[in-house]
Amino acid sequence: MIPQIDRDHPIPDTQIFGLRESHNGYRINKMCSSLTHSDNRDAYRADEPGYLDRWNLTPHERELVLKRDFAGLLAAGGNIFFLIKLGGVTGVPIYEMGAQMREETFEDFLASRNEAKAV
Amino acid sequence: MGKLIAGIASSHVPTIGIAADRGMQQTSEWKPLFDSYVPVREWLAQLKPDVAITIYNDHGADFFFDKYPTFAVGAARTYPVADAGFGKRPLPDVPGALEFSWHLCESLVYDEFDIAVCQEMRVDHGFLVPMHLCFDHTQGWPIASVPVAVNVLQHPLPTMRRCYRLGQAIRRAIDSYPPQTRVVILGTGGMSHQLQGKRFGYLSERWDQDFLDRMESDPESLTGLTHQQMIERFGAEGIELIMWMVMRGAMSGDARRIHRNYYAPMTTGMGLLTFQEA
Repeated sequence: MIPQIDRDHPIPDTQIFGLRESHNGYRINKMCSSLTHSDNRDAYRADEPGYLDRWNLTPHERELVLKRDFAGLLAAGGNIFFLIKLGGVTGVPIYEMGAQMREETFEDFLASRNEAKAV
Repeated sequence: MGKLIAGIASSHVPTIGIAADRGMQQTSEWKPLFDSYVPVREWLAQLKPDVAITIYNDHGADFFFDKYPTFAVGAARTYPVADAGFGKRPLPDVPGALEFSWHLCESLVYDEFDIAVCQEMRVDHGFLVPMHLCFDHTQGWPIASVPVAVNVLQHPLPTMRRCYRLGQAIRRAIDSYPPQTRVVILGTGGMSHQLQGKRFGYLSERWDQDFLDRMESDPESLTGLTHQQMIERFGAEGIELIMWMVMRGAMSGDARRIHRNYYAPMTTGMGLLTFQEA
C-alpha cells in the first residue's frame, strides 16, 4: 500500500476530509444534506431553531450554525459541499464563506482574483 | 461493435451553469470560457456519438456519507436533474443508455472493478455543466448517457492509477459491446481550486498547464502522483482531476488532441482538452 495522504506532514490551511472528519461532522453534514429539498429549505427559513432541533446537533455545533461560523463548522467536520447548502439558506454565498475562512474582507478577497465578475 | 471515438476533459464549475442560465455567454468575463466550447459542439455534432459516458462527482445533491461508493455506475432509463440545495436548473432530464449500462456494469465487475450499480441517480452540476457545454440541448439531449460517479469528497479516494485503469476497463467494455455504438467519454472536474480553509481560492496556472501537457503527451507520468502531491499542486478540491484520468485511460495512447483551452477567472482553473481516436 502506498499511503496517499501524509498525515505527518499536513498541507497548510487545508482540510483533508477523511473518515475521522466525516464521522465527526456527520450530524452537521446530514442536516445540510436535508437542504436539497425545497420544503426543508422553507422550513429552515421559517423556523431556524426548530429546524435545527431535528438533527441532534451538539450545543457547540448548533452555536456554530447560528453564528454562521463556517471556519468552525469546517473544523467540526463539515464538508464544504454540504456547508454551501447551509450558506444557501442563511444568505452566505460561497465567496463570502471563503473570505471568512481566509480571514479577510470580501472586498479584499475579490481584489485577489483575476476576473472577479465571473461569479 | 462499440467504438470509442472521442474523449473530453472539462471543468464543471457550477457558476458556469448559472452564467449560462442567465445568458451571459458573451459577457467579457465569460466569453473566453463559452467561446472555447463552440468548436467542440460543432465537432461533436459531426462525430454523431450515440452514447456519452460521463465521469463526474456528486456534490451532496444525491449521495450522502451514510453509504458512499468509490465508483458508482448509472443503470437507469432516465437521470433527473438534481436539486443541490439551490433549486433545479432549467435543463431537460437526461436519457439513459440502459442496455449499454448493463453491459458496462457486467464488464467492469467481471474485469474486477467492483462498482455500485445505481438504478436511481439524480445528476448535479458535476455532470450537467460539461454536458450542456458540449451538446446542444434546446430540443432535448441529443445523446444517451451513462453517468459514472467517483468519490472525490471523502478520503480515502481511488488512486490516480486506479482511475486510469478504470478508464482502460471502460474501454474494454466499449470494445466488447456487440451493437454498433459510437461512444464518447467525458472526464470532468478540476482544475486547480480549493474551496476551504485559509487556502480558499488557491489556484495554479503553472501546475494546470503542466497537467494539460502531460494529459496530452504523457498521461502515464501522472499515474504515480499521490493525493498529497495532487492537493499540494491543485488544491484540496483540485483532486477532482483524478476523474480526468479515467477518460485518458479509456483513450488510446496515440489519440489526437483536438481542442485545448484554459481560463482561470475567479477561484478555479477551467480546463478543456479533447481527443479523437484515429
